[in-house]
Amino acid sequence: MTMILGLYNYWVVIVLMMIGFYIIIAHGHLIKKIIGLNIFQTSVFIFYISVGKVEGATAPIWQEGIILYSNPLPHVLILTAIVVGIATTALGLALIIRIKEAYGVIDEDEIQAMDNQAMVNQDKEHQ
Amino acid sequence: MVGIALAVNQIKDMFAVVMLAGIYGLVSASFFVAMDAVDVAFTEASVGAGISTLLMLTTVAMTGRTEHEASHKPLLALILVAITGGLLIYGTFDMPYFGSADAAVHNHVAPRYIYDSMKEIGVPNMVTSVLASYRGFDTFGEVTVIFTAGIGVLALLSVAQRPKDDAAIEAINDSMHEKHLILRVAIKTMIPFILLYAFYVQFHGDYGPGGGFQAGVIFAAAIIMYAMLFGLSAARRVITQPFVQLLSALGVLLYGSVGVVSMINGGSFLDYSVLAADPIAGQHLGILIIELGVGLTVASVMIIIFFSFSARREYQQANKGGSL
Repeated sequence: MTMILGLYNYWVVIVLMMIGFYIIIAHGHLIKKIIGLNIFQTSVFIFYISVGKVEGATAPIWQEGIILYSNPLPHVLILTAIVVGIATTALGLALIIRIKEAYGVIDEDEIQAMDNQAMVNQDKEHQ
Repeated sequence: MVGIALAVNQIKDMFAVVMLAGIYGLVSASFFVAMDAVDVAFTEASVGAGISTLLMLTTVAMTGRTEHEASHKPLLALILVAITGGLLIYGTFDMPYFGSADAAVHNHVAPRYIYDSMKEIGVPNMVTSVLASYRGFDTFGEVTVIFTAGIGVLALLSVAQRPKDDAAIEAINDSMHEKHLILRVAIKTMIPFILLYAFYVQFHGDYGPGGGFQAGVIFAAAIIMYAMLFGLSAARRVITQPFVQLLSALGVLLYGSVGVVSMINGGSFLDYSVLAADPIAGQHLGILIIELGVGLTVASVMIIIFFSFSARREYQQANKGGSL
């Protein structure tokens, strides 16, 4: 029982991470893939933050008379990772918009089919 | 949270999915508060629930709402995910229990950050002192990454300015204005307070939760709200694109030059103790300036990203209107 209570935070992280992973590989829609990546990313954030938590401690802002603080280091790492995450997400979304403009669709399978078709046409021209 | 993530997997309507992703961000922010990570919660609430939802909505609006059924079988993916997850859970059996104070993470550098930072840096918020001083190099790198992402979005989505489109864009804006009168009045009264709050978060980051990253995002959110309700061209009149681009570069430059100045004063790169006669005062000064640099870059990159997205959308709409 103590094991379940002591480790459940990691399991939640793993379940979230796997859902994100599944969305990335099983769905063809590119925006959904990005959201899957975001869920994956958040699971890593939760992992770091829950690792930094100390039982009975308070937020790491210095105050008179408090000696037990949670670990500030993971907070710093995740704080910056979130903002970097949104910047890279925006970059991904920008790429999707350009793909939409170039192909007219944003489903992986259809893009693949169009690419293959273009390749076949090219080969025919060469012959 | 697991429930929301599962729903994201199932629902085919992209609008609902994006909304769920926003709720997911908010829920995780409250989770971070429960885990004592107030600074992180702050960031996640403004980024995860705010800006990222907005950007995704813009993209969905430009690319269509529905998702087609995948042609290939997801069974293989499911098996792969189950195996990976199983292995990871097996790996957790050796992990230290949740909340235990003697875990490895708490015994390396963290005690120094917690117990000596008040003596060495003189800033009550340990997250700020670690972010800006002990780990100034990392933060510098991250600010550069954000700056680079901003450039990337700009390169991908920038629209060549053509004066003949302006009339069409204005027409679209005007038609939008009449629909949102109440929102516009409400937002107009809120914007000064949001901006003020951003400055408070920026300069109070030493003492309470906050700092350049959060303040930058909040500041950008105010500008983006203005742009959403009053039209992009109105917002561009307030803050021109070249000005924002200049600011984003200036922020990184400010951060880097603090490092160089501390080198000139005889310390190592980003060692603020030499910036003033008293090391604590030097640290305060250094942290203030680099947080300002971070805030500048984050805010202007967020604004650049939003401007590029919505300018692209207006460009598409104008083109569509012209061809039909």
